[in-house]
Amino acid sequence: MTAMISAVGRRTLEILRILGHHATFFVEILRACPAALRRPYLVIAQIHAIGNRSLVIILASGLSVGFVLALQMYYALVTYGASESLGLIVNLSLTRELGPVVTALLFAGRAGTSLTAEIGLMKAGEQLAAMDMMAVDPRSRVLAPRFLAGIVSMPILAILFSSIGILGAYVVAVLLIGVDAGNFWSIMQSGVDVRRDIGNGIVKSIVFGFICTFIALYQGYEADATPEGVAHGTTRTVVIASLGVLMMDFVLTALMFSTP
Amino acid sequence: MAELHATAAATDLPPDDTMVEIDHVVFGYNARRTILNDVSLSFGRGKVTAILGGSGCGKTTLLRLIGGVYPPNAGSVRVDGQVVDCRDNEQLFALRRRLGMLFQFGALFTDLSVFDNVAFPVREHTDLDEAMIRDIVLMKLNAVGLRGAAPLRISDLSGGMARRVALARAIALDPELLLYDEPFAGLDPISMSIAANLIRTLNDTTGATSILVSHDVDECFSICDYAYLMSSQGKVVAHGTARQLTDSEDPEVRQFIRGEPDGPVRFHYPARPLAEDFGVSA
Repeated sequence: MTAMISAVGRRTLEILRILGHHATFFVEILRACPAALRRPYLVIAQIHAIGNRSLVIILASGLSVGFVLALQMYYALVTYGASESLGLIVNLSLTRELGPVVTALLFAGRAGTSLTAEIGLMKAGEQLAAMDMMAVDPRSRVLAPRFLAGIVSMPILAILFSSIGILGAYVVAVLLIGVDAGNFWSIMQSGVDVRRDIGNGIVKSIVFGFICTFIALYQGYEADATPEGVAHGTTRTVVIASLGVLMMDFVLTALMFSTP
Repeated sequence: MAELHATAAATDLPPDDTMVEIDHVVFGYNARRTILNDVSLSFGRGKVTAILGGSGCGKTTLLRLIGGVYPPNAGSVRVDGQVVDCRDNEQLFALRRRLGMLFQFGALFTDLSVFDNVAFPVREHTDLDEAMIRDIVLMKLNAVGLRGAAPLRISDLSGGMARRVALARAIALDPELLLYDEPFAGLDPISMSIAANLIRTLNDTTGATSILVSHDVDECFSICDYAYLMSSQGKVVAHGTARQLTDSEDPEVRQFIRGEPDGPVRFHYPARPLAEDFGVSA
């Protein structure tokens, strides 16, 4: 019995230690953000590295999701004679859910792993230590610009994902299946609320950008300075960031869309 | 400790001539193992001082304590009379602006060119215009013989060249204190000789204080004014000039200087008796 209580206590202390470590790391990055903002070229370079280089996979996935979504929705709606609602359903699915969530999952896999590996290898190669010894704070010079770039890039990527997805759905629904083009666009225009649907989708993607980038940076910075350590860090980034995004998506959806 | 009575033993230097003083320092990365066991060392201003010792004896840890990366568990580290306080970020960064460190494998920024690596500390700490930065960088690269390599990427450099670029970066802001972590490790004889000459020349021309951590006895002795020898127990075994250490009759000093495979430092890691491990009765 004593052993069990002691084991539970140890485990609780360990969890509290990890949470405390995350919180400290988060505060350190936040404190480094003003210094990074004073040198916007560092943030812009990272937006290019994180955002621009994720464009291909985001656009290709968005287009593909748009194609499939239009087909699946059409097959379901046509049974009930509601195929004219296709544009609305595709748009709401993409802007409210699929755009932010799928972009975040792709971001975690593409940019998140890249960030973790980059920071982990900088640590293994003593580049961060060298910066520290040169009286240059790696949090302001390396971590904060990447953190800000991730938060800025994610909503832009999510908007692009949703936009290209809607275009993909248009190609399949209107050009291939023959749904009326005027109907496709007009029902979208009348049924989608900019603040409630698009705005909340953007807020979601900002939160997801924060989660994915923070986890990627933490895992890279805290990775053991060995090849195995970096490999484990990148794996943990994908797993933790993906789970975090999915769980937070549920919370945000419940908060944002609880009223009809 | 085998006291070698040097004519100018670093520990007996007058206070004004001591740039770095390590006073009864005890340090371990965790409670299980003590790396440095009550060590005291003094580094003379403007001198090249070597810290010698086998792998894992705490040489690099000493450099990290001087740079304020870790606080000692006991004792104190003073640089130019000021106690290094790891909790005081402002003081720490002020101290680090006065020192340059050469890391074991260079620690160059692989996403920057040779030029940008050397320019990095100058851009970070000064408001000089690009024309001035260019002149400074080319001068530093010229000092290490690599002015022509300025546009190259780090991946295009050999190990010896990378070490020289790292040296140019370390001296970019003309530091008062230079810390060298294994500057000769993994270098071919020519690169090793170049690196040794550069360390001595730079020290003499800039008047900086140099602390050199290495296990390359010959190269260190060829350039250092004074040397400390550390044991695997994290203690200072001996100190003195190169000649004094070479002439020492202390068995541990002799074993290290001559590279003897067995002696006070055992060849075998502590283990159970051989017969017991192989299940053979005596």
